[in-house]
Amino acid sequence: MMNPAVLIASVYVFALAAFLGYQVISRVPPLLHTPLMSATNAISGISLIGSLVLAGAKGYPLPAHILGFVAVTTATINVVGGFGITDRMLKMFRQRTATKKEAAK
Amino acid sequence: MNPASFSLTTYFMEATYLVASILFIMALKMMSHPETARRGMFLAEGGMFAAIVGTLIGTQIITWVWLLAGLAIGSVIGAWMAIFVPMTAMPQRTALSHAFGALAAALVGIGEFLVKIDELGPVKRGALGFEIILGALTTTGSLIAAGKLQGVIQGKPVQFRGQNIVNLAIFVAMVGCFVYFWFNPAASMVFYAMLSIAFLFGVMLVIPIGSADMPVVMSLLNSYAGLAAAATGFVLGNNVLIIAGTLDGFSGFILSVLMCKAMNRSITNVLFGGFGAVVAESTSNVGGVMREISLDDAAMQLAFANRVVFVPGYGLATAQAQHAVRELAELLESRGVTVKFGIHPVAGRMPGHMNVLLAEANVPYSSLYEMEQINPEFPSTDVAVVIGANDVVNPDARDNPKSLIAGMPILEVDRAKSVIVLKRGQGRGFSGLENPLFFKSCTSMLYGDAKSSLSHLAQAVQHV
Repeated sequence: MMNPAVLIASVYVFALAAFLGYQVISRVPPLLHTPLMSATNAISGISLIGSLVLAGAKGYPLPAHILGFVAVTTATINVVGGFGITDRMLKMFRQRTATKKEAAK
Repeated sequence: MNPASFSLTTYFMEATYLVASILFIMALKMMSHPETARRGMFLAEGGMFAAIVGTLIGTQIITWVWLLAGLAIGSVIGAWMAIFVPMTAMPQRTALSHAFGALAAALVGIGEFLVKIDELGPVKRGALGFEIILGALTTTGSLIAAGKLQGVIQGKPVQFRGQNIVNLAIFVAMVGCFVYFWFNPAASMVFYAMLSIAFLFGVMLVIPIGSADMPVVMSLLNSYAGLAAAATGFVLGNNVLIIAGTLDGFSGFILSVLMCKAMNRSITNVLFGGFGAVVAESTSNVGGVMREISLDDAAMQLAFANRVVFVPGYGLATAQAQHAVRELAELLESRGVTVKFGIHPVAGRMPGHMNVLLAEANVPYSSLYEMEQINPEFPSTDVAVVIGANDVVNPDARDNPKSLIAGMPILEVDRAKSVIVLKRGQGRGFSGLENPLFFKSCTSMLYGDAKSSLSHLAQAVQHV
């Protein structure tokens, strides 16, 4: 059974993360809102670790492994695709000087 | 997890989770500036990698087949999407990834129900219910949103009589199942009923919403997907999941609030109002004539202007005209014209959509201006060029309190000395509202596909 102290700690983590998230994300300029969305999406692909356990860990029956397999697949698409596309977008944001230099080359 | 089972590998796993959490937060902090954002993402990628390795080492894995197959297939599809999805399709891709993330959360929830339901205390059962409901409704809701954005499903709001009552009934049934399941965790029929109703509810929630409201819907679904992941963290007792999910959830929430503000509407109004279906009876028919302008005249105006502001909208994305506008802007700059881009927060189909498109076309981000920055500059602007934008430059929002979009902050292009509107035809904009801007004496219309108009303009400017 669940230890109440662990649960209370989880609630603390949740509340502090919410507060921190608000502080950090409200500083992101509108310029970067699309990359922000795809970045947080990739980061929340961390649910992959829950899926990995379901797909392969001891004590789970076959149906759970299969559910886990699908979950691993979709979560991995988010992690790989999300980080990949965020990087592709952020690479494009250039300052004026940089573009001029490249044009000169 | 049983404290007695803590071994060295478990401690290692927990350490990687802590490192990952810190790296994620640092990455988001570095998102506050385009200079540092990219390096920040490398940190987040490192954190993710560490957490995955830690999990594989710290968990007793007995079957590697499913796990490796999932990782391999997911990586291939993910990499394919990362490399080949065009920037104009970014809203669809993001909606799809919300669906994938939420589906993963829902599936993990079902797995937990299959295996561990007897071990879950009341609080974890509650979290499991949230995980299933949010995960399932976000999955189908995001798929519908992606379908609308891709044009597979019609973008117009789908509405019928008594829709809100039907939706309310579905919602009540879903909550009823949740409560019943919470008291009777063994009732698997009710659990699966809750799951199915949540899938249905996601569809019902998004079909009445028009494409122009997608920035809000995308942000909300973003938020739900994150909260579903956070709920998973509660069920599994996993802190890094709670942190990452909460960050994602709050990011989506903040964006929804910003988008709603930029449209002067409440979230309930977006979700249940079915905007765009109610075609403007309340707008006074402005009447008057729209003045058409020839390419050469427009080019002349631009070439001899001192200050030009481009105002892009979704039409720029559909016409794929981002490169054409950059070429024109560079030509004008080489003639000594000061060129800026004014970007409305809800221009396009997702937050920041226009910025990404223009950045793709190599427009330096120092030329991209937010609404509050650019509005005071319009009175000293010689020519404002509106490209496929309509409602975000509609002066009715400011002047006519009866207008459907009254109070929505706009880019005040009508204060510029002259305005050139690039438009496909004479039809109304997405919301179906009449736009008095088009009838003003300072406004002239240049009809045609935005991309070809812009490249013809560039040619004409060269010959001036």
